[in-house]
Amino acid sequence: MTTKISAVKLPSINELVEGIAKGTTSAVEAARLCFRRIDEEDATIHSFLSIDRERAMARAAEIDANATTGEALPMLAGIPMGIKDVLVVDGMPATAGSKILEGYQPPYTATAVRKLIDAGAVLLGKLNCDEFAMGSSNENSAYGPVRNPYDTERVPGGSSGGSAAAVAAGMAVATLGSDTGGSIRQPASFCGVVGVLPTYGRVSRYGLVAFASSLDRVGPFAATVLDAAKVLGVVAGHDPMDATSSTEPVPDYLAEIDKGVAGMRLGVPPEYFGEGLDPEVRAAVEATIERLKQAGAEIVPVSLPHTRYAVPTYYVIATAEASANLARFDGVRYGYRAPNTQTLAGMYHCSREGGFGAEVKRRILLGTYVLSAGYYDAYYRKAQQVRRLLTEDFLKAFDKVDAILTPTAPTSAFKLGEKTDNPMEMYLADIYTVTANLAGICGASVPCGESRAGLPIGIQILGKHFGESAVFRVGHAVERL
Amino acid sequence: MVENERVATEDVVRIAELANLELTAAETARMQRDLNSILDYVTQLNELETSSVEPMAQVSDVLGAGAENARPALREDRVMPCLDRQRVMASAPETDGTFFKVPKVIER
Repeated sequence: MTTKISAVKLPSINELVEGIAKGTTSAVEAARLCFRRIDEEDATIHSFLSIDRERAMARAAEIDANATTGEALPMLAGIPMGIKDVLVVDGMPATAGSKILEGYQPPYTATAVRKLIDAGAVLLGKLNCDEFAMGSSNENSAYGPVRNPYDTERVPGGSSGGSAAAVAAGMAVATLGSDTGGSIRQPASFCGVVGVLPTYGRVSRYGLVAFASSLDRVGPFAATVLDAAKVLGVVAGHDPMDATSSTEPVPDYLAEIDKGVAGMRLGVPPEYFGEGLDPEVRAAVEATIERLKQAGAEIVPVSLPHTRYAVPTYYVIATAEASANLARFDGVRYGYRAPNTQTLAGMYHCSREGGFGAEVKRRILLGTYVLSAGYYDAYYRKAQQVRRLLTEDFLKAFDKVDAILTPTAPTSAFKLGEKTDNPMEMYLADIYTVTANLAGICGASVPCGESRAGLPIGIQILGKHFGESAVFRVGHAVERL
Repeated sequence: MVENERVATEDVVRIAELANLELTAAETARMQRDLNSILDYVTQLNELETSSVEPMAQVSDVLGAGAENARPALREDRVMPCLDRQRVMASAPETDGTFFKVPKVIER
């Protein structure tokens, strides 16, 4: 049976912060509204793995008290937000969607989350995701899948399915997710919300449970491009605790966001509109491109000839890095330890065997294989070489255009269980998103239409390295077409 | 890349050992099937001639001059407070309060 949960529209960040400052609304009221939505709908949707009502309400009351003193409120004062459970927050559990971290209480807070807290955000809790962010449907969560608010028989996308669904269902004004191969943009597309992949190095990963370190990003979800841009402005910037974070200054993402697309050059790569693209998705994305043209953008064909090699390249590099990163889960310092083992090696083996789910094991095995003696050059080195070719495709294209437009995903949300038996088929759900992770560029998914069945469709807007402002400008225009 | 290479059962067992995983017989069979299917798909990378292409490990590899800020920035090497031991040990499966405890490593 197809069930859509009741629609509710939460106020925007601007409306809330201004309302709290003027006293026409309050942070406590906003947090209550979100918790009411969670109480009503999250037994069905399952976007939250843990909630922190007491601390959230205390924090909201604190913001309201500050507002009455008349002092200027910070950017996100009183904004109810959720955090994907791959980012650690002192005082909240962190599971990464895995049994191996069940009960883990991290003793520190991720830098991106620290910045949200310092900007006045009210943290509601931690959001469900695929185990260690490995998946495209959220069905790999050890704590059960998230359901799509537009049709509860369908997946919300993954791996940040909880982060997307919580915004779509009006349980949070904005959320943080992570994106290693599409894990922010694809669920944003499936759930009809905005999801942003910042440039590699733009947002600190300190406190992010690592999956594939040369690909992982932290980024925001929100109902609108404006709100997502605001959240990115807060979390972006250099962090001494993350040597891969960039010292590139963070621009004011709002400065030119409403300038429109007139005079912008927008690239359209035919490689993203080929076989396998659902006709309804194609129609919605092409219609949006046509309207952007009518709004004054110059539409320029660009070629990204190595696109078809992106998924195999990605699954070699991502799994290789994952096999190294996940070596730390060994039952010694935190998380699950298998009982009654007699030797150290036996303890490692049994703890990992019992703590990891099937997809995580599959990726660790694949990554170990492609890095092992005799196969390293054939697979890992080869993939790194193709990664350069894919990246050079983008660098050439961005010499000619300000942003690139593609579908975010080849289809709208698919049904639960539809792809769980075939890992290859699931991996192809990321066919249009993995390229940006490999190349290090930025992008976003912005809603651009609905299928006849009422399922959201997203357009992907890709920008050059540190070109987020152009992405937001185009995205903001898409919302106004 | 070896065109006709198939991952055999003993390969899965060997990789699992390297990865500190202990698979059941059913898991081994399933993983063998999946790895072969994924690696078959990966072999299409062989269509590309890449002998003169430098491998790219990080995004900073391709951002040349003028992208100074995109490069990693190391922090000054000085002593700073670290995590509180008690709080770290609170999450350990087994500890004496000072150290992590593990099963016996050396057999006598």
